[in-house]
Formats: sequence, C-alpha cells, structure tokens
Amino acid sequence: MARVQMTVDGIRYDDEVEPRLLLVHYLRDRLGLVGTPVGCDTSNCGSCTVLLDKRSAKSCTVLAVQADGAQITTIQGLADGEWHPMQQAFKETHALQCGYCTPGMILAAVDLLQENPTPSDEEIRHGLEGNLCRCTGYQNIVTAVRTAAAEMGTQA
Amino acid sequence: MTEKVDTSGIEDQVIDSGELGTPDASPQIGQGRKRKEDAKLVTGQTTWTDNIMFPGMLHFAVLRSPMAHARISRVDVRPALDRPGVHAAFSGADLAAELGSLPCAWPVTTDMVAPAHPPIATDEVRYVGDAVAVVVARDRYAAADALEAIEVDYDPLPAVTDMEEALKDEVLVHADKGTNRCFVWPMESGEVDAAFDGAPVVVQRRFIQQRLIPTAMEPRAVVVAPIAAAEEFTLYSATQIPHVLRVMLALTTGIPEQKIRVVAPDVGGGFGSKLDVYAEEVIAMILAKRLGRPVKWTESRSEGYQTTIHGRDQIQDIAIAADRDGRIRGLKVDIKADMGAYLQLITPGIPLLGAQMFPGIYKMDAYRFTCTGVFTTKTPTDAYRGAGRPEATFAIERIMDELAVELGMDPVELRRRNWIRHEEFPYTTIAGHTYDTGDYEAATDKALALFDYDGLRREQQQRRDRRDPVQLGIGVSTYTEACGWAPSRILGSLSYAGGGWERASIRMLPTGKVEVVTGTTPHGQGHVTCWSQIAADALGVPFEDVEVIHGDTRSSPMGWDTYGSRSVSVGGVAVHKAAERVIEKARTMAAHLLEASEDDIEFDKGTFRVKGSPEATKTIQELALATFAAHDFPTDFEPNINADYVYDPENFSYPHGTHLCAVEVDTETGFPTIRSYVCVDDVGTVINPMIVEGQIHGGIAQGIGQALFEEAIYDAAGNLVTGTMVDYLVPSAADLPSFVTDRTETPATSNPLGVKGAGEAGAIAATPAVVNAVIDAIRHLGVTDVRMPCTPERVWRALQDGSDGGDRAAGGTVAYGGAQTATTAGGAQ
Amino acid sequence: MIPASFDYAAPTSLDEALRALSAAGEDAKVLAGGQSLLPLLRLRLAYPSVVVDLGKVGELRGVRDDGDAVVVGAMTTHYEVLHDPLVREYVGLLVEATATVADPAVRHRGTLGGALAHADPAGDLPAVALALDAQLVVAGASGRRTVPAREFFRDYLETAIEPGELLVEVRFPKPDGAWGYRYEKFHRVAQAWAIVGVACAVRRENGSIAEARIGLTNMGTTPLRATATEAALRGAAASVDAVRAAAEQAAEGTSPSGDLSAQPDYRRHLARVLTGRAVRAAAGLSA
Repeated sequence: MARVQMTVDGIRYDDEVEPRLLLVHYLRDRLGLVGTPVGCDTSNCGSCTVLLDKRSAKSCTVLAVQADGAQITTIQGLADGEWHPMQQAFKETHALQCGYCTPGMILAAVDLLQENPTPSDEEIRHGLEGNLCRCTGYQNIVTAVRTAAAEMGTQA
Repeated sequence: MTEKVDTSGIEDQVIDSGELGTPDASPQIGQGRKRKEDAKLVTGQTTWTDNIMFPGMLHFAVLRSPMAHARISRVDVRPALDRPGVHAAFSGADLAAELGSLPCAWPVTTDMVAPAHPPIATDEVRYVGDAVAVVVARDRYAAADALEAIEVDYDPLPAVTDMEEALKDEVLVHADKGTNRCFVWPMESGEVDAAFDGAPVVVQRRFIQQRLIPTAMEPRAVVVAPIAAAEEFTLYSATQIPHVLRVMLALTTGIPEQKIRVVAPDVGGGFGSKLDVYAEEVIAMILAKRLGRPVKWTESRSEGYQTTIHGRDQIQDIAIAADRDGRIRGLKVDIKADMGAYLQLITPGIPLLGAQMFPGIYKMDAYRFTCTGVFTTKTPTDAYRGAGRPEATFAIERIMDELAVELGMDPVELRRRNWIRHEEFPYTTIAGHTYDTGDYEAATDKALALFDYDGLRREQQQRRDRRDPVQLGIGVSTYTEACGWAPSRILGSLSYAGGGWERASIRMLPTGKVEVVTGTTPHGQGHVTCWSQIAADALGVPFEDVEVIHGDTRSSPMGWDTYGSRSVSVGGVAVHKAAERVIEKARTMAAHLLEASEDDIEFDKGTFRVKGSPEATKTIQELALATFAAHDFPTDFEPNINADYVYDPENFSYPHGTHLCAVEVDTETGFPTIRSYVCVDDVGTVINPMIVEGQIHGGIAQGIGQALFEEAIYDAAGNLVTGTMVDYLVPSAADLPSFVTDRTETPATSNPLGVKGAGEAGAIAATPAVVNAVIDAIRHLGVTDVRMPCTPERVWRALQDGSDGGDRAAGGTVAYGGAQTATTAGGAQ
Repeated sequence: MIPASFDYAAPTSLDEALRALSAAGEDAKVLAGGQSLLPLLRLRLAYPSVVVDLGKVGELRGVRDDGDAVVVGAMTTHYEVLHDPLVREYVGLLVEATATVADPAVRHRGTLGGALAHADPAGDLPAVALALDAQLVVAGASGRRTVPAREFFRDYLETAIEPGELLVEVRFPKPDGAWGYRYEKFHRVAQAWAIVGVACAVRRENGSIAEARIGLTNMGTTPLRATATEAALRGAAASVDAVRAAAEQAAEGTSPSGDLSAQPDYRRHLARVLTGRAVRAAAGLSA
C-alpha cells in the first residue's frame, strides 16, 4: 500500500491505496465521485478526462499514486456556484446526447481554451481529438466550444 | 349527491401557495427547446449503471475463451476461491440448470436452426470471448485477479470465420445441428426472369458489408439487488429494453415476472447494441439469487468488443436490369448474413429488416430477394443503427451509381427517372411496403442547390483535365427507410415474437403539473424534452411543468422500448393520444363544475370554456386540483382525469432524404478526405429541430465511420484483431467534417402527429454517399469499387490494380501499440 | 481492465531511483508518464514485479542550454517540450513532431524520455532523435554514458539502456546554418499511431541542398535514417525534380512490417511520397 494525499474538487483526501489503483477508480470507488466515467482501456476515448494540476489528463491512464500531491478537478467540481460557461454552452448548443463522453469532453474543452482562448474550428477539432463521442458527430461540440470561448472572452 | 360543496382544505392550500400551474398557449412542437436532460449530464450527476452501489455489493468478472472454437475438457474454479476477497466461483456446468438458454425472439422461418445458447459455455466454446466461468469477489480488482487462477483445458476445434467457407459445412459451429446454414429466407414479387431476360442493361456487383462494432460510449454494465428472503430482484442494466428484458429474464431464469423489476438508469448510448438480452444479465440474476447479495459486472472496452454484439457483416450479390433510357426493370438480391456463433435476441431478423428496402425509392417491375443466415465462430451479430436498412440502402444506392456509369447518365438524373414522384403517394412498392408520403424531388433539388452540385462537377472535370494529384468525387444517396417499429399485426406475420405498440400514461398532479410515463427508453435521444413538448402542446400546459418518467418497469410498467427509430412515431404518438384522453375526461369535469353541457365545452390551449360565455372557464390545472380533492364531481364519473393510451401504429413510417458528399482523394497516398457534406432530410413533422439535427449529425458520423474507418477484423484462427480502440477506429472530431443539414417537411399520414422518426436516417444515408464519392473521384483512373472501409491503403491498391482494395491483413497477433505487440519488452518508461 | 499487483517505488532523486531500480531486479518497469505503460498494465500485457516511478525525480525534468546543445530532461513532458522557448528556438522539428503525438491529455503526461526509452518504432519521437543526431545520456550505478541516437535504438522496443540504467536526458545539438524542417505523419485518424512518419531537417546553402537528415517512423523494428535519399540530396539542386528523384530511394534499406494499418509495399510507397513532401517543405519548395 502507498500513501496518497490529493485535493479533489476542493476537498483534501489522505488515503492508503494499492499502487496499481487507477486514479479513475480511486475517484469513483473510493471517493464516490462517479461523475467521471470510464469508456475504454487503452487511453483512446477520453471519457475519464479530469484536470490534474489544471491540465487535462485521462484518469484511467494515471495511477492514483502518480497523482500524489495533485489538485484535481472533476466534472463535479467544475461549477463554482454557477455552471462553468462550457457547461452552459454544451447545453445551449445541444453538444451532447447520451452524455457519457460529456464530462471528459467538457474538461478537455476547458483545457483547450486555457491553452488557446480563441481557437478556430480546426483547432477545436484537433484539440478534442483525444475525446471520442459516438452520438453527436462533434459538430455541435465544436459550436459549444466556440460559444464558450466567446462567452469567456467577454467575461475576461 | 352532486350538489356543490365549499372547496376548502387542500384546494385552498394549493391555490394560496401559488403553486397551481397556469395554461401556456405558446406552441411547443417545432421549437428547438433546450434539453431537460442536460443539467445532470453536464454536471456529472448522472446515474450510469456502474455508478450504482449497494451495501454489501459484490463484483463479478467473467473468464472468457481465448479460443474461437474448442471443447472444454476441464474447468477448475477452486484455485480462484483461495484468492483474497473471493466469495464464489462457478463454471458453466455449475450454473447450467439455472441459467437456461439465452433467447432469440425471431424465428424467421419455421425450420430456422436455433442452437442452444448457454450464458456460460458448458462443453464447447464457439467464439473468442465466449464465457467459461465467473468469479465473485469483494471488488473489481480482486475479481480480475482471481480470474487468472481458474484453470481451463481446451481441446481446440477448427475455427470458421468466412461465411462462404462456413456454408461448405466442413467445419460445423454447432456439430449437433449438422449445418452452418441458419435459415434461407426468400421473397419474390413480379416477373423477375422476364425483367432480366432481354434487358438492354444488366449490372451486377458484389458488395461487402464489413463487420462493425457499435461502440456505445458507455460500456455495458449490470447490477442486481436482491431481497433474498422475498425472492425479489431489481436488475439495473445499461439496456435499451428494460421491458423486453424483464419478460425475457422471467422466461430464461424461471424467476416469476412479478418478482423482477428492471431499471434502465441513465444509459450512455446504445445504437442497437443494448437491444439485447445478454449472458451477463442472466448470470447477474442467478448470482444474486444464489448469494443473496447485490452483484455488479461492468465490461471493459476490450471485453465488450469481444462480447457485445457486432453489426452488419453481409455479402451482397446484387443485379439490376434496366432499359437504355435508365428505367429500372428489375432487381435481384442474394445476401449472406453472418449470425456469428449464436443467435442473440433478434439476430436472424436483422438482415430481413432490409429485405423490403433494397428497391429503395424506385419503381420497378420485379424484385427477388434471398437471404441466407450463416453461423461462424465469431461474436454474434444483432442490431446496429439502421439494422438491415443501411445494408439495403448501401446496395441499391451503390448500384444506382454503377448503373448510371453503364448508361453514361448523371447519377442524379438516373434516380430522378426512377423514383416515386410526389404525386404518386401513397405508393405500394414492388417489395410490398406502402409509402404514405414523400417528396424526393423537393429534397433533392434543395440538396443540389446547397451543395453546388454543378459547380463541383465542373471542378471535378478541371481536376481530371489537369491530372491533379488530388481528385474530386461526388457521391449521391437518395434514401428512404422503414421505421417506426411497428404495427403489431405485421410483426406477427413476420414471426416476430413481440409487439410494436407503445404506451403512455399521463398523470395530472394536484398542483396542475404533469407526469408523462412512457414505455420508450431513451439513451441520448432526448425523449424527456420531446415528450414534454408533445404533452405541453396537447394539454396547454407549460413545457417546464411536464416531467417524463421512463426506464423502470415499476414506474413505467409497459412498453416496447427504444430502437428502430420508433420512439416518436409510436411512443410520441401515444403521449399525444393519452393527452387527448386526459382532455376528454377533464371536459366532463369542466362541464360539471361550469354547470354546462359537455357539448358546450370548448377546449383550447389549457382552458375549458362554455360556448358563448367566455368568462366561464376552468383551466386544466384547476380541474386537476378539483379532481384530486374530488369534493364535487358528476355521478358515475371516476374522479380522475389521468389517462393511459396504448398506441399500435397502422403503418411503418418512411423518412427520406438526399445526401450529397464531396470527397478529395490524394492519389499519391490514397487518403480520402471529405470536403463537403450536404443533406436534406424529410422526417415528417419535427417536434424539436435542434434534436432532429443532432440525430442526423450523429447518424452521418456513424455512416462515415462505416465508409472510411471502422472494421472488425478476425484472423483465420478466429481472433478479433481489432480488439481495442487502438485498432478499431472510431473517428474523432478531427477526422470528420462539418455537415450542412436542411429539411423538407412532408408529414406522415399514418399518425396524428405526422412524425416519421430521425434516429437512423443519417447512418443509413451517409455510407453510400461517401463511398460513391470516393469511387467517383478515381473512377476515371480505372477504379470501379473500393471495399469498405475505404482505407488509404485500399484506395491506393485500387488505383494500382483496379481491384476493390482487398482484405486488410489480419495476420499477426492481437496488438496494442503502434505496431504489433504481443508482449512488451523491457525498458518502457 | 485492471493492472495486476506490483510493488512500487517513488524515488525523489536520481540516485534513489537507480538504487530502487537495481534493488528491483529484472522484472521492474520504469514509470515515466505512463501513457504507454498504463494501457499495457491494464490489458495485462505486462506483469512487472516492481514499478519505479520517476515522477518525483525533479532533476530529470526541464530544459537547459548547454552551449552547443539543448538538453531536455527525460521526464520533461511533451507539453513542456512544446512550450519551451529553447526547444522552440533550436529544435523546431521536435516541436512539430511532438505536436502530433497522441492527443493533448496524453501530451500533458507523456514524456520525451519515456517515448524514446519505450522505442516503439511507430512512435514519432525516436525518428526525430535519430534525424537530429541526438545524444542520449544514460545513467547507471557506474555513472553516466552518452549514446548517440544511431546506437540507441537496437530492435523492436529495445534500446541501449542496460538493466539498472535509466535514460536521464537527451542532448539535441544546436543547428548551425539555415535549416528548415518538417515532420510528415501519415495516420488514418488523428489520435492514431503513425503508419509511416518522416522527420526531416534540411540545410540550404546558395540555392542548393547542403545537407538533409531524414528519420523514418515505422519503417522497421527501429526508427531508420533514409540514408540513400540523404546521400542523393547532398549538394543537390533545391528543386522539386531533384527532391522527387532523391525521395524515390527513401525506402531503401527499410524492412517495414505488415499489419492492420498497412502492408510492407504500401509502407515503402508512403515512405517515398512522404519523404518527398517532407523534404520539399523543409527546403521551402512548393510542390
């Protein structure tokens, strides 16, 4: 067993874990933060994306022990009282259907905009290439990110 | 008994609280209302099956066959029992008596070969992934570890993965059946031989529908929570069909139906792959029964790729006969459909859902169709988005392009000469379907204009003239589909075991708010929003005041669930019909309270009025409250304005549309890139245009996936070599274009809402549009076909030798990584 | 899927890491960013007894200027490489290729050292290291040694790193003269591995090509140099025709595998086409 300490969605946790425990299973099975789903076992689909020290990471491809000392934001901690503009934009532009990819897609998109606040459609598409969606065909997701970018640009 | 009494008590409290709703006259149908579903989905408050936890819950894992075909000579689960945290382990033989055989609900012919399908194999495994044993442990990690301790001895038997090889019956998948031929299903209409004999033009082709893996983003999962002492079971499953599943679980396990509750919680996509009764659902029931503890199983993606049903997989031989002016005389279709190793819920029926659709939107004199179902040692196939109809549409739309080439005619013109003209509806096709409405001219003209068809044709010619290394192709697909599954009597005539009606129930709450209970089971389609719009319009209540309840056999006791683009045209209509019943009951109550004759009561947008006395009104909300209190109601009136409706559709519905795709092919590398994509779809009356557009987008993406990216490949030994998302390519945002979508609206006449269904249209239409475009780009270089998916290598090979690009190599080992990686060597950092 | 159990060491210095590694024995795996290792563990394609996690070894992370070389610590992430001003100024080819590795989330975690030590011939970065004649610095109990990229990649997933050793940094020589560069990656979907990749740097002098360095991705069990094309380009006219002729030799000496993505003949063809494109772009020639 190994000791890990991390802050998840603003709460500090201190736990003993098996070294092999995946971060996503730590979040889901130990902390009960089931808002972060698992969609594959090869790091392709991005459903499990969280922000790890403010940057997107696939939590199925990170051991919990690797996140020792980290600050983690899941979809459940993204809203700060009010929804994040990205959450709002996803709803407004119908950028989700079944919603399974949505937590990861939203966090990947949040990361994308902190890297590039005014992306072109092409840059949005490439910025989200690690997050698969089987429902939307992505077009409305691109619109959502563009919409959120405009909204966040206005706020800034 | 009916004299007026003072309303007081509860009624006053509700009214004083300001909670009593008021009518809302704003129209809802046709509005792009934002989805009610989204709040929980964008905040991570969703209840996926794998999120469900119960005290004392155990996890089980399934040991799966690594061999495509073998006799099981020994299974020893005892070593697993010594592993930490393990509660139980069972072989197939241990549980055989309780597990029964998985159901197939569609005996398509009286002599169909239907082998037993044990949820855990007992004597023989028949595909890689076939279940062999289960382990139940305290958590998923302990279960995964213990699986490795189970000892199994296999005596290998030969695999047979190719349908034509299987039809030789040299290697039998089910030796006791003596044949791999599951069924032969013929139909014929008109004088086929006469149509072909002496036809000036006959074009014949073989098309391959590759095997696809549906890949809903949520892997399958199942949880069973038993109340052991009462022998009651609640099963939560990532399923599209809780209602069907409940019946089937009762029939399969022998647990009485009334003791089983099935819940489809939030379900993350299905596309047909969750329209099934799966081994793990039955296993979970039996384990929960045996152990008296809640149990959970969740598939990993690579496990699901082996064990969740696959789609498509047909060999299509098609011939079309025409006159020189392009008029179609007849069509002959002979398909072989891969069942896989066993029959799942509707496996044999899937290819037959396309049987009547090969003629598409075209008039012709004669049609012959034969389908042979074939067993192979591969994962069973079943419904995947479109289910039978994409296959049919692909074949007819591909061969229409080939016929156009043969005739030297523009492919749009050829279609125009043959399609059913708008004034000819209703039209009974050569295959026997009666299409109620449609306007192929309008949709096509609109699409051509949006696409700039003539401009792209000019550019295509210029690129050809200058031998540009990047060539341009244009693909056309004018499709229709039969959806709205389905008139029950027709299902009966097709030997399908189930019905096709749908039920809705409307509950008027005391505060005038509304609960709609539906038998449809959405998993991304937005029924909560759309059914709210339908109910709000019919009842004249605010959209926000409606809640929709679904997916739980306890709260929604009846239904046929969601698949086959049936939900709006059957389930949505049921909501509308139930609302009409509510209004009729409320009318009686209104007449009583307003002291008028029922005949004098008018209803409009939530308010009942006495004819000629506009000030004498009762709102639907006031009537809901008055009925709840029931202090004053007519004699012989059941004090209740709630209503149910079970709607059985009178016909299928027939959405149609025109999809146009422009593809650029890099002739140096073979890489095809979609440059533009335009579609005009006619799905009848649109409840919510935002949602319809989303359905079309997603369908197109999956259609493009089949055309360009996706293919499940088995090697000769029967290993699925595209066994992970590394090798089975699901396109990302970066791999797909933007789509230009538009609509025409020709309401269906077969239902009161005029709706047709939109869930599968994109997936049905897109594939031939894209492939036609790829081939059109390089046809002048000697290419007449490229097998799907049109990979760069296939396109390049077709350019080299005029072939269809051939098989993709399936040699080597199951890979992870950039190259073939049986195991990894040291040094990885 | 779920990894099998392993013991775990999280050293905080290179010395500790080397001690942990030698104590761990030969079944140990070194964990850098984990973006290749974790999937292998999850699919149970690897069963290490011990995983030595370098994540807390701060001295292995970062980029420094060492006079005639830019030195990238093995644990520097792809993301950090992409944003580092020194790398951007002197090792543009590395930036261009790194930008194509997997997807943004993977680039946040994955490391340059991990990618090179994993030595997947389909990986984008080994061909870059090879093309740029990078020097790979390996540390062990007996000290450090420097291995030229040409000698580093030994075979499929095999490198010159000996048991008990760690890759600690990668030295990219600063270019002199007017260099252009291009990484041409050919893959079927954006996040997929390269079917073939071509990493190319070209130095032009007085209207001709003075020198070309070309690394090939996925054209054999290791990354390879397109030596025949390089030779043909040395001193060649900077013209489309000359480049086309030289690129015809790009597949010479390669032995690409056949797999689901491509058969060997197609890979050879792609190597020729992509080499032509990469050299033209690097030399500033329009097609």
